[in-house]
Amino acid sequence: MDFLKKFFSSSGSKSRAKERLQIVLIHDRADISPEMLDNLRQDMIAVITRYMDIDTSKIEMDFDRADRSVAFVANIPVIRIKRGVAAAREGERG
Amino acid sequence: MDSRVIVITSGKGGVGKTTTTSNLSVALARGGHRVVAVDADIGLRNLDVVMGLENRVVYNFIDVLEGNCRLNQALVRDKRVDNLFLLPAAQTRTKDAVSSEQMEELCNLLRQEFEYILIDSPAGIESGFRNAAVGADEALVIATPEVPAVRDADRIIGLLESMGKAPIRLIVNRLRAQMVRDGEMLDVSDVLDILAIELIGVVPEDDSVVKSANRGEPLTFSDVSPAALAFQRIAMRLTGKEVPFPKLDEENGRGLFAGIRKLFGMKN
Ligand SMILES: Nc1ncnc2c1ncn2[C@@H]1O[C@H](COP(=O)(O)OP(=O)(O)O)[C@@H](O)[C@H]1O
Ligand SMILES: [Mg+2]
Repeated sequence: MDFLKKFFSSSGSKSRAKERLQIVLIHDRADISPEMLDNLRQDMIAVITRYMDIDTSKIEMDFDRADRSVAFVANIPVIRIKRGVAAAREGERG
Repeated sequence: MDSRVIVITSGKGGVGKTTTTSNLSVALARGGHRVVAVDADIGLRNLDVVMGLENRVVYNFIDVLEGNCRLNQALVRDKRVDNLFLLPAAQTRTKDAVSSEQMEELCNLLRQEFEYILIDSPAGIESGFRNAAVGADEALVIATPEVPAVRDADRIIGLLESMGKAPIRLIVNRLRAQMVRDGEMLDVSDVLDILAIELIGVVPEDDSVVKSANRGEPLTFSDVSPAALAFQRIAMRLTGKEVPFPKLDEENGRGLFAGIRKLFGMKN
């Protein structure tokens, strides 16, 4: 029975413990304060709005675990891509 | 004398700092080293009772720092083994009674007399912890294989690193082999994955720890229970000896026997 249980149940509480620790320690180690997240948000908006109009009221940012790595995921609704951005960049470089 | 000041710490309370300090101190002294166990948990002293020396405490290290007595008067000699001393904490004072500078001064005083100076740290990351760690060269971090303990250990490791302590080594305490096998407890390798520091030992969950604290007789005086053997191995590794790490079931001291018992349907 034990053998069957082990076979069918995905895994015990240990794997959850490990996952949760890995996530929580990213925050702890980086010491990501609300202020820092806010600064990051402002900086991102400043850069992105050079290229497109975005809905700043609907930005979502978080840390996400994918497989064995951690991703910083930002969801930023785009309202409009600015015309001529590509051309301007070409000009800058030239 | 070539001295080593080692702070025993954890962040989280109740994970085994005092147990570890007492057992390692006894094991090192029995190995022929001159050892002092320092209780840095001011206001919540209990190393004295765990070591069974509470009736012989007269002065404490704050008395030494304040000039109320000499160091030799405050040191409690353990009569059961040569070269083992306890330096008690003050019970009726608060953590603010000492400064970091004073703690460093105390450690330097002890360096003149002892080879191993083991400091039992209070829980937390505030002044009590900092005072316990400030005079230390190296650190032992204790964590049980549980989420809050590992998280706090990570925090403490960061602080110890920023204080320049090295090496910082890990003891995993209260490991339950059966739960690990069932996938219901973090294994040592998981904890190491997460904390990424050197492991110096694994201590199994063992009822004899509670019994020895009841009696005031650290296990490493004589006991051959799994936890006693684990602490003896850690003490040897501390002195620089290469001691192999037993397998999970051997660490619990009942690998083969447990298998045989199970086979015959016997209870443990
Ligand atoms: N390996 C172990 N097996 C069983 N009980 C343990 C073990 N280690 C510690 N304990 C118990 O846990 C409690 C807390 O231990 P203690 O050493 O006082 O922790 P701390 O000093 O970190 O607060 C005590 O009651 C002790 O007996
Ligand atoms: Mg304690």
